[in-house]
Amino acid sequence: MDYVFQFGVVWREIDALLLGAWLTLRLSALAMVFGLIVGIAGALAKASRYRTLRLIAHTYVEAIRNTPFLVQVLFVYLGLPSVGMRLTPDQAALLAMVINLGAYTTEIVRAGIKAVPAGQIQAGTALGLSRWQIFRFVVCLPALRAVFPALGSQFILVMLASSVVSVISAEELTAVADTIVARNFRSFEVYLIVTGLYLAMCLAFQGAFAVIHRALFARWRA
Amino acid sequence: MVREFTLHELWFLVLAVRWTIALSAIAFVAGGAGGIAVALSRVSRSVLLAGAATAYIKIVQGTPLLMQLYLVYFGASLLRVTSDAWTAAALGLALYSSAFLGEIWRGCIQAVPHTQWEAARALGLGYPAQLRFIILPQASRIALPPTVGFLVQLVKGTSLASIIGFTELTRAAAVVNNATFRPLMVYTAVAGLYFVLCWPLSVLSDRLERRLDRAGSAAASVQM
Repeated sequence: MDYVFQFGVVWREIDALLLGAWLTLRLSALAMVFGLIVGIAGALAKASRYRTLRLIAHTYVEAIRNTPFLVQVLFVYLGLPSVGMRLTPDQAALLAMVINLGAYTTEIVRAGIKAVPAGQIQAGTALGLSRWQIFRFVVCLPALRAVFPALGSQFILVMLASSVVSVISAEELTAVADTIVARNFRSFEVYLIVTGLYLAMCLAFQGAFAVIHRALFARWRA
Repeated sequence: MVREFTLHELWFLVLAVRWTIALSAIAFVAGGAGGIAVALSRVSRSVLLAGAATAYIKIVQGTPLLMQLYLVYFGASLLRVTSDAWTAAALGLALYSSAFLGEIWRGCIQAVPHTQWEAARALGLGYPAQLRFIILPQASRIALPPTVGFLVQLVKGTSLASIIGFTELTRAAAVVNNATFRPLMVYTAVAGLYFVLCWPLSVLSDRLERRLDRAGSAAASVQM
Protein backbone atom coordinates (compact mmCIF):
# COMPACT_ATOMS: atom_id res chain seq x y z
CA MET A 1 0.00 0.00 0.00
CA ASP A 2 1.55 3.30 -1.04
CA TYR A 3 -0.93 5.51 0.78
CA VAL A 4 0.50 7.67 3.56
CA PHE A 5 -1.89 8.34 6.40
CA GLN A 6 -1.92 11.94 7.52
CA PHE A 7 -3.68 12.51 10.79
CA GLY A 8 -1.87 15.82 11.31
CA VAL A 9 -4.11 17.72 8.91
CA VAL A 10 -7.10 16.27 10.74
CA TRP A 11 -5.87 17.24 14.19
CA ARG A 12 -5.72 20.83 12.99
CA GLU A 13 -9.49 20.62 12.53
CA ILE A 14 -10.20 19.12 15.93
CA ASP A 15 -11.88 22.31 17.18
CA ALA A 16 -14.39 22.19 14.34
CA LEU A 17 -15.00 18.48 15.02
CA LEU A 18 -15.57 19.04 18.73
CA LEU A 19 -18.03 21.80 17.87
CA GLY A 20 -19.75 19.32 15.54
CA ALA A 21 -19.94 16.80 18.39
CA TRP A 22 -21.56 19.44 20.57
CA LEU A 23 -24.11 20.21 17.81
CA THR A 24 -24.90 16.49 17.56
CA LEU A 25 -25.46 16.32 21.32
CA ARG A 26 -27.70 19.39 21.30
CA LEU A 27 -29.75 18.11 18.36
CA SER A 28 -30.15 14.67 19.96
CA ALA A 29 -31.10 16.14 23.34
CA LEU A 30 -33.75 18.41 21.79
CA ALA A 31 -35.11 15.50 19.76
CA MET A 32 -35.20 13.34 22.88
CA VAL A 33 -37.21 15.90 24.90
CA PHE A 34 -39.81 16.46 22.18
CA GLY A 35 -39.76 12.81 21.17
CA LEU A 36 -40.55 11.79 24.73
CA ILE A 37 -43.53 14.18 24.80
CA VAL A 38 -44.82 12.69 21.53
CA GLY A 39 -44.17 9.23 22.93
CA ILE A 40 -46.18 9.85 26.10
CA ALA A 41 -49.04 11.28 24.01
CA GLY A 42 -48.81 8.28 21.69
CA ALA A 43 -48.85 5.81 24.57
CA LEU A 44 -51.91 7.51 26.09
CA ALA A 45 -53.60 7.45 22.68
CA LYS A 46 -52.86 3.73 22.36
CA ALA A 47 -54.43 3.10 25.77
CA SER A 48 -57.40 5.35 24.97
CA ARG A 49 -61.07 4.35 25.10
CA TYR A 50 -61.58 5.73 21.60
CA ARG A 51 -61.02 3.34 18.74
CA THR A 52 -60.09 6.09 16.25
CA LEU A 53 -57.38 7.46 18.53
CA ARG A 54 -55.95 3.98 19.08
CA LEU A 55 -55.98 3.35 15.34
CA ILE A 56 -54.18 6.62 14.55
CA ALA A 57 -51.48 5.95 17.15
CA HIS A 58 -51.06 2.37 15.92
CA THR A 59 -50.74 3.48 12.27
CA TYR A 60 -48.21 6.16 13.20
CA VAL A 61 -46.01 3.74 15.15
CA GLU A 62 -46.10 1.02 12.49
CA ALA A 63 -45.48 3.47 9.62
CA ILE A 64 -42.41 4.94 11.31
CA ARG A 65 -40.95 1.71 12.61
CA ASN A 66 -41.15 0.00 9.22
CA THR A 67 -39.53 2.70 7.07
CA PRO A 68 -35.88 3.88 7.09
CA PHE A 69 -34.97 7.01 9.02
CA LEU A 70 -33.14 8.33 5.94
CA VAL A 71 -36.37 8.19 3.90
CA GLN A 72 -38.20 10.00 6.71
CA VAL A 73 -35.56 12.75 6.70
CA LEU A 74 -35.80 13.16 2.92
CA PHE A 75 -39.61 13.10 3.08
CA VAL A 76 -39.66 15.92 5.64
CA TYR A 77 -36.98 18.03 3.98
CA LEU A 78 -37.83 17.54 0.31
CA GLY A 79 -41.46 16.44 0.43
CA LEU A 80 -43.12 18.76 2.93
CA PRO A 81 -42.33 22.00 1.01
CA SER A 82 -44.81 20.79 -1.66
CA VAL A 83 -47.57 21.18 0.90
CA GLY A 84 -46.30 24.57 1.98
CA MET A 85 -44.05 23.53 4.87
CA ARG A 86 -40.66 24.98 4.08
CA LEU A 87 -38.04 24.06 6.69
CA THR A 88 -34.36 24.83 7.09
CA PRO A 89 -32.12 21.73 7.13
CA ASP A 90 -31.76 22.01 10.91
CA GLN A 91 -35.52 22.28 11.46
CA ALA A 92 -36.20 19.41 9.07
CA ALA A 93 -33.60 17.25 10.81
CA LEU A 94 -35.08 17.95 14.24
CA LEU A 95 -38.65 17.35 13.05
CA ALA A 96 -37.71 14.05 11.40
CA MET A 97 -35.87 12.94 14.54
CA VAL A 98 -38.81 13.84 16.78
CA ILE A 99 -41.28 12.00 14.54
CA ASN A 100 -38.99 8.96 14.46
CA LEU A 101 -38.28 8.94 18.20
CA GLY A 102 -41.93 9.57 19.03
CA ALA A 103 -42.88 6.21 17.51
CA TYR A 104 -40.21 4.26 19.38
CA THR A 105 -40.85 6.01 22.70
CA THR A 106 -44.58 5.36 22.30
CA GLU A 107 -43.83 1.65 22.46
CA ILE A 108 -41.35 2.08 25.33
CA VAL A 109 -43.73 4.20 27.43
CA ARG A 110 -46.62 1.86 26.65
CA ALA A 111 -44.62 -1.08 27.92
CA GLY A 112 -43.88 0.94 31.07
CA ILE A 113 -47.55 1.74 31.66
CA LYS A 114 -48.47 -1.90 31.13
CA ALA A 115 -45.90 -2.83 33.76
CA VAL A 116 -47.96 -1.00 36.42
CA PRO A 117 -50.29 -3.60 37.99
CA ALA A 118 -54.01 -2.81 37.67
CA GLY A 119 -54.37 -3.41 41.41
CA GLN A 120 -52.28 -0.31 42.13
CA ILE A 121 -54.55 1.87 40.01
CA GLN A 122 -57.57 0.44 41.85
CA ALA A 123 -55.80 1.14 45.14
CA GLY A 124 -55.28 4.73 44.01
CA THR A 125 -58.98 5.06 43.21
CA ALA A 126 -59.86 3.55 46.59
CA LEU A 127 -57.66 6.16 48.29
CA GLY A 128 -59.72 8.86 46.58
CA LEU A 129 -56.98 10.14 44.26
CA SER A 130 -58.12 12.08 41.21
CA ARG A 131 -57.54 10.73 37.70
CA TRP A 132 -54.63 13.15 37.27
CA GLN A 133 -53.08 12.21 40.60
CA ILE A 134 -53.35 8.53 39.76
CA PHE A 135 -51.74 9.16 36.39
CA ARG A 136 -48.94 11.18 37.94
CA PHE A 137 -48.06 9.23 41.07
CA VAL A 138 -49.32 5.70 40.49
CA VAL A 139 -48.74 5.24 36.74
CA CYS A 140 -46.19 7.77 35.52
CA LEU A 141 -43.39 7.65 38.08
CA PRO A 142 -43.15 3.86 38.44
CA ALA A 143 -43.55 3.53 34.67
CA LEU A 144 -40.70 5.99 34.11
CA ARG A 145 -38.51 4.03 36.47
CA ALA A 146 -39.29 0.86 34.52
CA VAL A 147 -38.56 2.45 31.13
CA PHE A 148 -35.52 4.55 32.06
CA PRO A 149 -32.93 2.05 30.76
CA ALA A 150 -34.82 1.61 27.46
CA LEU A 151 -35.11 5.39 27.04
CA GLY A 152 -31.38 5.72 27.71
CA SER A 153 -30.50 3.27 24.95
CA GLN A 154 -33.00 4.93 22.64
CA PHE A 155 -31.26 8.27 23.23
CA ILE A 156 -27.93 6.73 22.26
CA LEU A 157 -29.51 5.13 19.17
CA VAL A 158 -30.91 8.48 18.05
CA MET A 159 -27.57 10.17 18.61
CA LEU A 160 -25.89 7.60 16.34
CA ALA A 161 -28.70 7.73 13.77
CA SER A 162 -28.45 11.53 13.66
CA SER A 163 -25.32 11.21 11.51
CA VAL A 164 -27.74 10.48 8.65
CA VAL A 165 -29.12 14.05 8.69
CA SER A 166 -25.79 15.16 7.20
CA VAL A 167 -27.33 14.24 3.80
CA ILE A 168 -29.50 17.36 4.02
CA SER A 169 -26.55 19.36 5.44
CA ALA A 170 -28.08 19.87 8.85
CA GLU A 171 -25.40 21.05 11.26
CA GLU A 172 -23.96 18.16 13.25
CA LEU A 173 -20.78 16.11 13.54
CA THR A 174 -20.97 14.13 10.28
CA ALA A 175 -21.82 17.24 8.25
CA VAL A 176 -18.80 19.02 9.77
CA ALA A 177 -16.69 16.00 8.82
CA ASP A 178 -18.04 16.10 5.25
CA THR A 179 -17.02 19.77 4.97
CA ILE A 180 -13.50 19.00 6.20
CA VAL A 181 -13.18 16.07 3.78
CA ALA A 182 -14.26 18.32 0.91
CA ARG A 183 -11.37 20.62 1.84
CA ASN A 184 -8.47 18.24 2.51
CA PHE A 185 -9.60 14.96 0.84
CA ARG A 186 -8.43 12.94 3.87
CA SER A 187 -11.70 11.03 4.01
CA PHE A 188 -10.50 7.91 5.82
CA GLU A 189 -8.59 9.78 8.52
CA VAL A 190 -11.40 12.27 9.16
CA TYR A 191 -14.13 9.63 9.34
CA LEU A 192 -11.98 7.40 11.54
CA ILE A 193 -11.57 10.18 14.09
CA VAL A 194 -15.25 11.08 13.85
CA THR A 195 -16.17 7.43 14.43
CA GLY A 196 -13.99 7.57 17.54
CA LEU A 197 -15.83 10.67 18.72
CA TYR A 198 -19.20 8.96 18.30
CA LEU A 199 -17.94 5.92 20.19
CA ALA A 200 -16.64 8.14 23.01
CA MET A 201 -19.99 9.94 23.26
CA CYS A 202 -21.84 6.62 23.26
CA LEU A 203 -19.69 5.14 26.05
CA ALA A 204 -19.87 8.36 28.08
CA PHE A 205 -23.67 8.36 27.92
CA GLN A 206 -23.92 4.68 28.78
CA GLY A 207 -21.87 5.39 31.88
CA ALA A 208 -23.79 8.55 32.76
CA PHE A 209 -27.19 6.86 32.39
CA ALA A 210 -26.13 3.99 34.64
CA VAL A 211 -25.05 6.48 37.33
CA ILE A 212 -28.25 8.55 36.97
CA HIS A 213 -30.39 5.44 37.13
CA ARG A 214 -28.79 4.36 40.39
CA ALA A 215 -28.96 7.84 41.91
CA LEU A 216 -32.54 8.51 40.87
CA PHE A 217 -34.23 5.25 41.67
CA ALA A 218 -32.07 3.70 44.38
CA ARG A 219 -34.37 4.79 47.23
CA TRP A 220 -37.34 3.21 45.50
CA ARG A 221 -35.90 -0.20 45.19
CA ALA A 222 -38.63 -2.62 46.10
CA MET B 1 -37.55 18.77 -19.55
CA VAL B 2 -39.50 17.76 -16.47
CA ARG B 3 -40.93 14.28 -16.60
CA GLU B 4 -44.28 13.37 -15.13
CA PHE B 5 -44.45 10.94 -12.24
CA THR B 6 -46.28 8.15 -14.02
CA LEU B 7 -46.65 4.40 -13.62
CA HIS B 8 -43.41 4.14 -15.56
CA GLU B 9 -41.50 6.02 -12.84
CA LEU B 10 -43.26 4.02 -10.15
CA TRP B 11 -42.20 0.81 -11.89
CA PHE B 12 -38.59 2.07 -11.89
CA LEU B 13 -38.82 2.37 -8.09
CA VAL B 14 -40.40 -1.07 -7.75
CA LEU B 15 -37.56 -2.57 -9.78
CA ALA B 16 -35.01 -0.89 -7.50
CA VAL B 17 -36.47 -2.90 -4.62
CA ARG B 18 -34.59 -5.95 -5.90
CA TRP B 19 -31.29 -4.24 -5.08
CA THR B 20 -32.50 -3.47 -1.58
CA ILE B 21 -33.50 -7.12 -1.19
CA ALA B 22 -30.24 -8.39 -2.72
CA LEU B 23 -28.15 -6.19 -0.43
CA SER B 24 -30.17 -7.23 2.63
CA ALA B 25 -29.88 -10.90 1.70
CA ILE B 26 -26.11 -10.81 1.16
CA ALA B 27 -25.54 -8.84 4.36
CA PHE B 28 -27.77 -11.24 6.27
CA VAL B 29 -26.12 -14.42 5.02
CA ALA B 30 -22.56 -13.12 5.40
CA GLY B 31 -23.43 -11.36 8.65
CA GLY B 32 -25.10 -14.52 9.92
CA ALA B 33 -21.94 -16.55 9.34
CA GLY B 34 -19.91 -13.86 11.08
CA GLY B 35 -22.56 -13.61 13.80
CA ILE B 36 -22.18 -17.30 14.68
CA ALA B 37 -18.44 -16.79 15.01
CA VAL B 38 -18.95 -13.69 17.18
CA ALA B 39 -21.53 -15.41 19.39
CA LEU B 40 -19.37 -18.51 19.90
CA SER B 41 -16.31 -16.35 20.67
CA ARG B 42 -18.38 -14.39 23.15
CA VAL B 43 -19.36 -17.52 25.11
CA SER B 44 -15.99 -19.23 24.70
CA ARG B 45 -13.81 -19.97 27.71
CA SER B 46 -10.86 -18.15 26.13
CA VAL B 47 -10.64 -14.71 27.76
CA LEU B 48 -8.85 -13.27 24.74
CA LEU B 49 -11.46 -14.48 22.25
CA ALA B 50 -14.39 -13.38 24.44
CA GLY B 51 -12.78 -9.98 25.02
CA ALA B 52 -12.13 -9.41 21.32
CA ALA B 53 -15.74 -10.32 20.46
CA THR B 54 -17.06 -8.01 23.19
CA ALA B 55 -14.94 -5.11 21.93
CA TYR B 56 -16.08 -5.75 18.36
CA ILE B 57 -19.75 -5.68 19.37
CA LYS B 58 -19.24 -2.53 21.49
CA ILE B 59 -17.56 -0.68 18.63
CA VAL B 60 -20.13 -1.62 15.99
CA GLN B 61 -23.10 -0.93 18.27
CA GLY B 62 -21.53 2.28 19.57
CA THR B 63 -20.85 3.99 16.23
CA PRO B 64 -23.17 5.11 13.42
CA LEU B 65 -23.78 2.68 10.56
CA LEU B 66 -23.07 5.54 8.16
CA MET B 67 -19.53 5.93 9.60
CA GLN B 68 -18.95 2.19 9.26
CA LEU B 69 -19.98 2.31 5.61
CA TYR B 70 -17.72 5.34 5.01
CA LEU B 71 -14.74 3.63 6.63
CA VAL B 72 -15.24 0.42 4.65
CA TYR B 73 -15.81 2.34 1.43
CA PHE B 74 -12.84 4.70 1.76
CA GLY B 75 -10.68 2.09 3.52
CA ALA B 76 -11.25 -0.46 0.74
CA SER B 77 -10.24 2.00 -1.92
CA LEU B 78 -7.10 3.01 0.05
CA LEU B 79 -6.11 -0.64 0.31
CA ARG B 80 -6.85 -0.96 -3.41
CA VAL B 81 -9.25 -3.80 -2.63
CA THR B 82 -12.15 -2.22 -4.41
CA SER B 83 -13.64 1.19 -5.04
CA ASP B 84 -17.02 -0.29 -5.86
CA ALA B 85 -19.97 0.99 -3.80
CA TRP B 86 -21.85 -2.32 -4.10
CA THR B 87 -19.00 -4.37 -2.61
CA ALA B 88 -18.31 -1.79 0.09
CA ALA B 89 -21.98 -1.58 1.06
CA ALA B 90 -22.34 -5.36 1.20
CA LEU B 91 -19.17 -5.72 3.27
CA GLY B 92 -20.07 -2.86 5.60
CA LEU B 93 -23.59 -4.15 6.21
CA ALA B 94 -22.27 -7.70 6.72
CA LEU B 95 -19.87 -6.47 9.43
CA TYR B 96 -22.71 -4.50 11.01
CA SER B 97 -25.03 -7.54 10.98
CA SER B 98 -22.39 -9.88 12.37
CA ALA B 99 -22.05 -7.73 15.51
CA PHE B 100 -25.80 -7.38 16.10
CA LEU B 101 -26.60 -11.02 15.29
CA GLY B 102 -23.63 -12.14 17.37
CA GLU B 103 -24.96 -10.26 20.39
CA ILE B 104 -28.53 -11.51 19.87
CA TRP B 105 -27.41 -15.12 19.50
CA ARG B 106 -25.01 -14.85 22.44
CA GLY B 107 -28.02 -13.98 24.59
CA CYS B 108 -29.95 -16.95 23.23
CA ILE B 109 -27.09 -19.38 23.87
CA GLN B 110 -26.74 -18.11 27.42
CA ALA B 111 -30.50 -18.39 27.94
CA VAL B 112 -30.20 -22.16 27.67
CA PRO B 113 -30.05 -23.42 31.28
CA HIS B 114 -26.56 -24.22 32.48
CA THR B 115 -27.64 -27.69 33.55
CA GLN B 116 -28.05 -28.56 29.87
CA TRP B 117 -24.31 -28.03 29.33
CA GLU B 118 -23.57 -30.14 32.39
CA ALA B 119 -25.92 -32.88 31.30
CA ALA B 120 -24.34 -32.92 27.85
CA ARG B 121 -20.90 -33.17 29.40
CA ALA B 122 -22.08 -35.92 31.72
CA LEU B 123 -23.20 -37.86 28.65
CA GLY B 124 -19.61 -37.69 27.45
CA LEU B 125 -20.17 -35.31 24.53
CA GLY B 126 -17.28 -33.10 23.41
CA TYR B 127 -17.63 -29.32 23.11
CA PRO B 128 -18.66 -29.31 19.42
CA ALA B 129 -21.20 -32.07 20.04
CA GLN B 130 -22.56 -30.27 23.12
CA LEU B 131 -23.18 -27.21 20.96
CA ARG B 132 -24.46 -29.06 17.93
CA PHE B 133 -26.89 -31.49 19.58
CA ILE B 134 -27.86 -29.92 22.89
CA ILE B 135 -27.34 -26.15 23.05
CA LEU B 136 -27.86 -24.74 19.55
CA PRO B 137 -31.16 -26.53 18.84
CA GLN B 138 -32.62 -25.00 22.02
CA ALA B 139 -31.00 -21.60 21.47
CA SER B 140 -32.22 -21.34 17.88
CA ARG B 141 -35.85 -21.61 19.02
CA ILE B 142 -35.44 -18.53 21.21
CA ALA B 143 -33.33 -16.81 18.54
CA LEU B 144 -35.92 -16.81 15.77
CA PRO B 145 -38.12 -13.81 16.81
CA PRO B 146 -35.27 -11.34 17.51
CA THR B 147 -33.44 -12.46 14.37
CA VAL B 148 -36.47 -11.70 12.21
CA GLY B 149 -36.78 -8.41 14.08
CA PHE B 150 -33.17 -7.56 13.23
CA LEU B 151 -33.93 -8.26 9.57
CA VAL B 152 -36.26 -5.23 9.62
CA GLN B 153 -33.43 -3.10 11.01
CA LEU B 154 -31.12 -4.44 8.29
CA VAL B 155 -33.53 -3.74 5.40
CA LYS B 156 -33.91 -0.17 6.70
CA GLY B 157 -30.13 0.08 7.12
CA THR B 158 -29.52 -0.73 3.45
CA SER B 159 -30.99 2.71 2.63
CA LEU B 160 -27.68 4.21 3.83
CA ALA B 161 -25.88 2.47 0.96
CA SER B 162 -27.44 5.17 -1.22
CA ILE B 163 -25.18 7.74 0.49
CA ILE B 164 -21.99 6.02 -0.67
CA GLY B 165 -23.47 5.80 -4.15
CA PHE B 166 -25.03 2.37 -4.51
CA THR B 167 -28.29 2.51 -6.46
CA GLU B 168 -30.88 0.76 -4.34
CA LEU B 169 -34.38 1.98 -3.55
CA THR B 170 -33.49 5.24 -1.78
CA ARG B 171 -31.03 6.29 -4.48
CA ALA B 172 -33.52 5.36 -7.18
CA ALA B 173 -35.89 7.74 -5.42
CA ALA B 174 -33.36 10.57 -5.74
CA VAL B 175 -32.97 9.78 -9.44
CA VAL B 176 -36.72 9.85 -10.04
CA ASN B 177 -37.13 12.96 -7.90
CA ASN B 178 -34.46 14.82 -9.84
CA ALA B 179 -36.29 14.07 -13.08
CA THR B 180 -39.87 14.70 -11.94
CA PHE B 181 -39.63 17.25 -9.10
CA ARG B 182 -42.44 15.48 -7.29
CA PRO B 183 -40.68 14.77 -3.96
CA LEU B 184 -43.83 14.25 -1.92
CA MET B 185 -45.12 11.58 -4.28
CA VAL B 186 -41.72 9.95 -4.81
CA TYR B 187 -40.84 9.64 -1.14
CA THR B 188 -44.35 8.54 -0.19
CA ALA B 189 -44.06 5.77 -2.77
CA VAL B 190 -40.60 4.80 -1.53
CA ALA B 191 -41.72 4.79 2.11
CA GLY B 192 -44.64 2.60 1.03
CA LEU B 193 -42.31 0.15 -0.70
CA TYR B 194 -40.08 -0.13 2.39
CA PHE B 195 -43.20 -0.63 4.47
CA VAL B 196 -44.30 -3.50 2.25
CA LEU B 197 -40.91 -5.13 2.81
CA CYS B 198 -40.62 -4.51 6.54
CA TRP B 199 -44.10 -4.71 7.97
CA PRO B 200 -44.69 -8.44 7.30
CA LEU B 201 -41.35 -9.16 8.97
CA SER B 202 -42.31 -7.06 12.01
CA VAL B 203 -45.64 -8.85 12.32
CA LEU B 204 -43.95 -12.24 11.92
CA SER B 205 -41.40 -11.38 14.59
CA ASP B 206 -44.16 -10.35 17.04
CA ARG B 207 -46.18 -13.51 16.33
CA LEU B 208 -43.18 -15.78 16.80
CA GLU B 209 -42.35 -14.07 20.06
CA ARG B 210 -45.87 -14.43 21.41
CA ARG B 211 -45.94 -18.07 20.43
CA LEU B 212 -42.62 -18.63 22.16
CA ASP B 213 -43.95 -16.86 25.28
CA ARG B 214 -46.99 -19.13 25.34
CA ALA B 215 -44.86 -22.22 24.80
CA GLY B 216 -42.51 -21.00 27.54
CA SER B 217 -45.25 -20.45 30.11
CA ALA B 218 -46.84 -23.79 29.21
CA ALA B 219 -43.51 -25.53 29.74
CA ALA B 220 -43.03 -23.67 33.02
CA SER B 221 -46.44 -24.75 34.32
CA VAL B 222 -45.71 -28.37 33.35
CA GLN B 223 -42.46 -28.23 35.30
CA MET B 224 -44.30 -26.89 38.35
